[in-house]
Amino acid sequence: MSRGTRLLAGLVLTLALAAPAAFAQQPPSRPQVSDPAQQGFVPADKLPQQEPIPAAPLVAFAYAFVWIVVFGYLWSIWRRLGTVEREIQAVSKRVTSGGRG
Amino acid sequence: MLNEGLSARSPKPKAKMNRLYPLLLLVAAAMFAYAPFMILAAPYESTMGLIQKIFYFHAPVAMTMFVSAFVCGIASAIFLFGGRLGADRVAMAAAELTSILGLIVLVTGPMWARKAWGVWWQWDARLTSTLVLWLIFQAYLLLRRFGGPGSDRLAAGVALFGMANVPFVYWSVNVWRTVHPTTTVVPSLQPGMRGPFWYCFLAFVLLYVSVLGVRTRLEKRRAELEALYLAVEE
Repeated sequence: MSRGTRLLAGLVLTLALAAPAAFAQQPPSRPQVSDPAQQGFVPADKLPQQEPIPAAPLVAFAYAFVWIVVFGYLWSIWRRLGTVEREIQAVSKRVTSGGRG
Repeated sequence: MLNEGLSARSPKPKAKMNRLYPLLLLVAAAMFAYAPFMILAAPYESTMGLIQKIFYFHAPVAMTMFVSAFVCGIASAIFLFGGRLGADRVAMAAAELTSILGLIVLVTGPMWARKAWGVWWQWDARLTSTLVLWLIFQAYLLLRRFGGPGSDRLAAGVALFGMANVPFVYWSVNVWRTVHPTTTVVPSLQPGMRGPFWYCFLAFVLLYVSVLGVRTRLEKRRAELEALYLAVEE
């Protein structure tokens, strides 16, 4: 490999390695507009009367969810306990009848 | 003989405890029936308005979840190092309750966040660490369900990690930059908000203690059933 080829290969390699860093440091192509008022003024009476995100349904859902989960869990414990108690009774009967036989 | 042993009444202190749990449940139910009136009477927060009312259930449930994670971790340590089966049953019940309480926290939080922050979820330290805490207890329950023999000891180790995660969740809002309110909110509550908050917390603690007792009883009865099956096979 000639000296010129080696030099060219080294240059390409350096550029390839530096490219991601160079792109990462690029400033954004357009400035970010954070406030809508920077793009144009809107009179207050032109604003929609309703809230953009109504709070009441979210509050209602949150409280309803708590109660659904609590009652569902209580019901599941009651059901599981009932199943185990019935099974204990059934096996106990088998033990008793087996002992008599 | 075995049958007599199983059907025999529990010793007096335990029988008293079994009667105490439904009573606690009734007191908690009565407190929850009155809670909406206290929450409605509490002043509206100046910047968040109505949506802040979720706080009166969301934060007490989160605090009860922390208590439950500690109960599970301590009971697991007693089981691991002391070999007490009763502690393992308490740990199992507490892990399930931590999971249920965690689910409530992780669902009611985004309801509040959607209005207050404009997003359902934010990958910040408090929310992410709470999710991790919940996932640890899910792992505990999965281990107990599908882990096979020896999984009780393995799950107890997982519970210790779950308990160790609690301080990180609590302090995360003070250590890292988050959008979640910091730990100074509860101590600095206005009198009108303080009453309903601690009232709801007490109600959730009573509910927790009573449900933990009943759930532990279920584990005890399951163990008795297993012993009975083994006796039948022999």
